Order: sequence, then C-alpha cells, then structure tokens
Amino acid sequence: MSPLAAGLLQVGILVAALSVVYRPLGDHMARVFTAKRHLRVERVIYRIGRINPDSEQKWSTYAYGVLGFSFVGIVLLYVIQRAQSLLPFDFGRGNVPEGMAFNTAISFVANTNWQSYVPEVVMGHAVQMIGLTVQNFVSAAVGLAVAIALVRGFVRHQTDRLGNFWVDLVRGVTRILLPIAFLGAIVLIAFGVTMSLKSGVDVDGQTVANAPVAGQEVIKELGTNGGGVLNANSAHPFENPNEWTNLIEIFLILVIPVALTRTFGQLVGDKKQGYVLLGVMGVIWTAMLGVIWAAEANGIRPLEGKELRFGIPGSAIFADATTGTSTGAVNSLHDSYTGLGGGATLLNMLFGEMTPGGVGTGLYSILVMAIIAMFLAGLMVGRTPEYLGKKLGRREVTAAAVSILAMPTVLLIGAGIAAILPSTQAALNNPGEHGLSEILYAYASASNNNGSAFAGITVTSDWFQSSLGLCMLFGRFIPIIAVLALAGSLAAQKKVPVTAGTLPTTGPLFATLLTGSIVLVAALTFVPALALGPIAEALL
Amino acid sequence: MNNFLKQSWAGLRILLALTVLLGVLYPLSVWGVSRIPGLHANAEAVDTTLVAVPREGDRYFVPRPSAATLPASGGSNKSEINEDYTKVVAERRTAVAQREGVPESQVPQDAVTASASGLDPHISPEYAALQVPRVARASGLPVERVRELVAAATSGTFTTTVNVTALNRALDSAR
Repeated sequence: MSPLAAGLLQVGILVAALSVVYRPLGDHMARVFTAKRHLRVERVIYRIGRINPDSEQKWSTYAYGVLGFSFVGIVLLYVIQRAQSLLPFDFGRGNVPEGMAFNTAISFVANTNWQSYVPEVVMGHAVQMIGLTVQNFVSAAVGLAVAIALVRGFVRHQTDRLGNFWVDLVRGVTRILLPIAFLGAIVLIAFGVTMSLKSGVDVDGQTVANAPVAGQEVIKELGTNGGGVLNANSAHPFENPNEWTNLIEIFLILVIPVALTRTFGQLVGDKKQGYVLLGVMGVIWTAMLGVIWAAEANGIRPLEGKELRFGIPGSAIFADATTGTSTGAVNSLHDSYTGLGGGATLLNMLFGEMTPGGVGTGLYSILVMAIIAMFLAGLMVGRTPEYLGKKLGRREVTAAAVSILAMPTVLLIGAGIAAILPSTQAALNNPGEHGLSEILYAYASASNNNGSAFAGITVTSDWFQSSLGLCMLFGRFIPIIAVLALAGSLAAQKKVPVTAGTLPTTGPLFATLLTGSIVLVAALTFVPALALGPIAEALL
Repeated sequence: MNNFLKQSWAGLRILLALTVLLGVLYPLSVWGVSRIPGLHANAEAVDTTLVAVPREGDRYFVPRPSAATLPASGGSNKSEINEDYTKVVAERRTAVAQREGVPESQVPQDAVTASASGLDPHISPEYAALQVPRVARASGLPVERVRELVAAATSGTFTTTVNVTALNRALDSAR
C-alpha cells in the first residue's frame, strides 16, 4: 500500500470509529451530569468525603473544591514519590529527587504529564499505580467537571448554583473514565500491550524494562494525559506494539474531547451548537495534519525518531492528535521532526489546546474562545454581544480574556528567561534555531498542559524543574478559576430572548469567526517567537 | 481561606478513596484479567518479538540503529539541522555499505536513522534484502532459504515491515 493510501485509510478508519461512538458517548456523558441517582460506589465515596451529594455549590465553592482537591493531589503525589523506597515494586530505584518529585507532582495533577524523569530508572510500579495512574484519572475528571460547570452557566438562569464539584468529579471517574479504561486496557492487552509486575524481561540476552503498562496506557490516552509508562512513551513497542494499537490509542485520545461537543449540544438543547464547534475543531485539526504529514514525508531524515511500524502517516496522525488535544503522549520524537512539521506540532499547542483539546479543557477553552469571537463580532457591529442566550458584558469578557491570556503570559515569560540564562545552552540537544524551538516547545507544552517535548532538551536543572512546574500550575489553574467565575456570572443572568439582531451561532459565519479568532489570537501572540525558531528553520 | 481548607479536607478524603479504587483495585483487576492464559504471554512479553536488540555476528540481521541505553528506551532527538548528527548518519551509511558490500546509494533510510524507542523490531524489506547475501554467507544457509525466512517475518497492513527479532530467532532454529 502506498504511504498516501495507507494514511488516508487510517484517517478514514479513525473518523468512522469516532462517528460510531459520537452520539452514544456524547449522550451518555450528558446523562451522567444530569442524572439524579447515585451509584452505590459513589455513595461510599461521598460518605468517606463527608459531603452531601445533593447540595449544590456557588462558583466560588466549586472553584475551592477544584483547587483544594488539586492541592492535596500535589502534596500526596509528592510524598508518595519521596517515599518510594518504602513502597513495594520499587526495584531499588530509590526516592525520587526533590526537584523532580515537585515537577512531576504538579505535572500529573495539572493533566500535563510532562516528564523530567526516565521512568525505567526512576519510577517503580507502586508509584506508577497509586500515584500517577490515580492522577491520570482524576485530573481528567477535574477538566470534565469544569467544562460541565461552564455549560451549566449557559443553561441555567438567575441562580448562583453551578452543581456539586465532588459529584461531577466522582461521576466522571465512575461512569465515564473507569468503565472505558477497563475495557480499553483488556483490548490493548489482547493486541499485545504488556501488563507485568516484573521490572524487566530478557530479550536475546539483554534486559528490557517492563511494567504494568496497559492499565496506565489506556487512561494516559483516554484522559488526554500523556505521561509514558516507559521513556519512549507510545513509541515503545510495549506501550504501542502495532499499527492497530496505534489507531486504538489515537482513537482513545480523541474520543472524549470530540464526543463532548455532542454532550454540549444536548445540554444546551440545540445539537447544532455542538456540531459547529466540532466542525471548527475538525477543520483546524485536519489542516494541521496535512501540514505535519506533508512536511515529514518530505524531510531529509524522515525516519529519524520514528518507528517503522507506524510509518510517516501513522506518526503524523498521532502527533497531530496528541498536540491538538492536551495529551502529549508521543509515538515519534517531535524533536527530530522537520522545521515545518515540528513547528506545526508546536503551533497546535499554541492554539490553546482546543482542536479538539483535552478532556473537558478542550470544550471550555473553545467556549471561552467563542465568547471572544462574539465579543469581536459585537465590536464590529456595535452591539452588546450574546452567546447562547446570555449577554457578554464586562465581567464575562474579562473572565474570558484572563482565561485566554494566562497561557501566553506564563509561556513567554518562562521561555524568555530560559532563553537568556547562560546555563540553558548546555541543556540543549540541537544547535541554532532548533535549540530555540526546544525551549519554546518546553514552555508551550508546560503552559498548555500538553506534556510532549522536543525531548532532547535536558530539563533536570532546578531552574527548569521549578519554572516549568510553575508554568504547568498557572497554565492549568488560572484559566480554571476564570472559567468558573465566568460560569458563575453567566448562570446569574436572565435568558436573553432571541431577536432579529441575534447573531446565530450555528452557521458558517460563526464557524468562520471562531476559526479566525483561534488562529488570530495565536498568530498575534506567537509569530515573533515562531519566526526565530521553527519558521526560520523551515526556511533554511 | 477557611472554605479552601474545608474543601481540601474533603478533597483529601475523596482522593484517598479514589486512590484505593483507581490506584489499587483498578490496576490489580486489569493485571488479574491479564493472567487469563490467552492474554498472559502478551502481558509478560514472554519470548517477545515486539522489541529488537542487536545480536553478535554476521549471521544475524541487524536492526535499526539505537540511541537507547537499556534498560531505558529512547531516541536521539537529533534534528535535521544538526550537522554533528548528519556526520554520524553519514558514517553509519558508509559502515552499512561496507558491511553489505553495496554502494552507499543503496543503503535505505531506516538503516541509518535511530528509531524513537531505540527498540524498533522492524526494518524495511529493502534493508532486509540488502542483508540477505551476507547472512546467507555467514550462516551457511542457501540464499533462497534466507529469503524464505525473511518473507515469513514480513507483515503489516498499512506499512510492510520485516521483524528482525522473529527473523533472527528463525535463523537460530534453521541452523
């Protein structure tokens, strides 16, 4: 099969599989967050947490819930890593060093899964299971909860209640992530992914590290987390053994962010509102795939850093999926990509992770961008903008702007300082423009909670561990607070009736406005930086 | 602040409950299912052909170059514009051409570039064909027989590849 045909066939299979589950999964998720009844296991968890699942919270309490839960998550994950030598299955790998444990704790709680460690020599199986796997689930569920809270802001009127964070969190786990992950793990094992409690396996006289891969692999993709169980991540044959697991893993990465547009349409009572978001996501995602694929197919060393079983299309589709969502798992090394191809994966993150974005984060990010788009449209015609029956006044637009600008702010400050630090030169793996791209990519990945890397860069110094840690923290939680504040002020409003002057948000005009806003915001913010890195390299 | 502490306290309790569910029960259940005889060999990577490590001697097929330091996996992360690495690739090309006794122009890409994992079990059919004469000579097997073994180790739906690990084990038993 020619590479072109093979690639198109893989995209076709992927799109077909996503279309099949789009409605049932999207509708299921809508029911999960509106159902009245609690499952038995959920009641047990609420009892342990001593919370009343039938009470609802104001936006501020909801936000304190997110922050408090994430705060204890970071502390607990830090402690677990620092106490690794007391745990079973540590294989003498010792306690994780302070800076690394700090960075990793934030990384996994913030759904980034940036990895400054080499798993095979640093993390034992116990830390991977009770620490990292748990955050793979719950950080995704947090993103989902925040997205649902924002949608409730649109759906509800004249109320100060946004739902109950603990209920949204727990249901996201018990009714969505856990069932899919369990089934997915078994499918992956059947297709050859490993699941071993041993430290390694002998292969023709040499020891290759092994781990309980499948259980973590599946939620790594499904929760758009991306932290590899093994160093080579989804390029490792134990994590991603063949062409079919590759497609399954790409499917898992995309399935929830894509289906959430259906959930959104269901919840706001107009499915077209969801389809238009999906359309915008799909157009940008497909365009970026074209760029990455074409660039890699025409590279000087196209197979460097790629696995032969995936070939160039199988690598490009994965790269587009992992950077277009906030996943950050990789099945090929983006650092070895061409200037244009690697630049496209970077740009995918710089769009703010909304094409289709991470679990929950993608939906709330694109809704925030829709508010910006409607605000811009309102400025053009001189009307107070509205979206989904809510007026977008000063409070709403301010919250949206804070949410959008947090990422570029921490990214450019961090990357800017790193670029002028004398110690940075020694941390780079490649010279010239590509070296700058390694820095930019690292801060873009951290600030967008993606987690992939131009992985040649050495990020174990105190500067990188702490600055990237803070970028992940602010890049995650400033937008979340802003989004919840936005949800609170939307929910407090009355519904604005639709009039002849209302701009419909289901048609091509809105889709164009939204696409334009996504591209323009990224372009205005990042073109100078991109020009010095990937663009310059592509023109060499 | 009070509210933050109150929520954190609830959060800690819920996180611990979820840790039991997701960090202990879930992975151990998946592990338990993986003990089912049909799945067990996959799960433990028994006699795995998923990864390749180089084998000593001219009588074996050579896998792709590796930048990994076992037991850890990994690649070179070298970019196209890295001139030092361009030299490394050129040296590899010369070495492969010499080893197989062919002009450098016949050496395929996968023979000179490091994979992402450093454990890539596959080579291209072109690279396998290039190695057949040397392997036949060194192992004393007829060229036709070696070609048959290569064909038996060739597969792939979207990309056709040759599994070096399976191929070298087949050579072991053919001797």
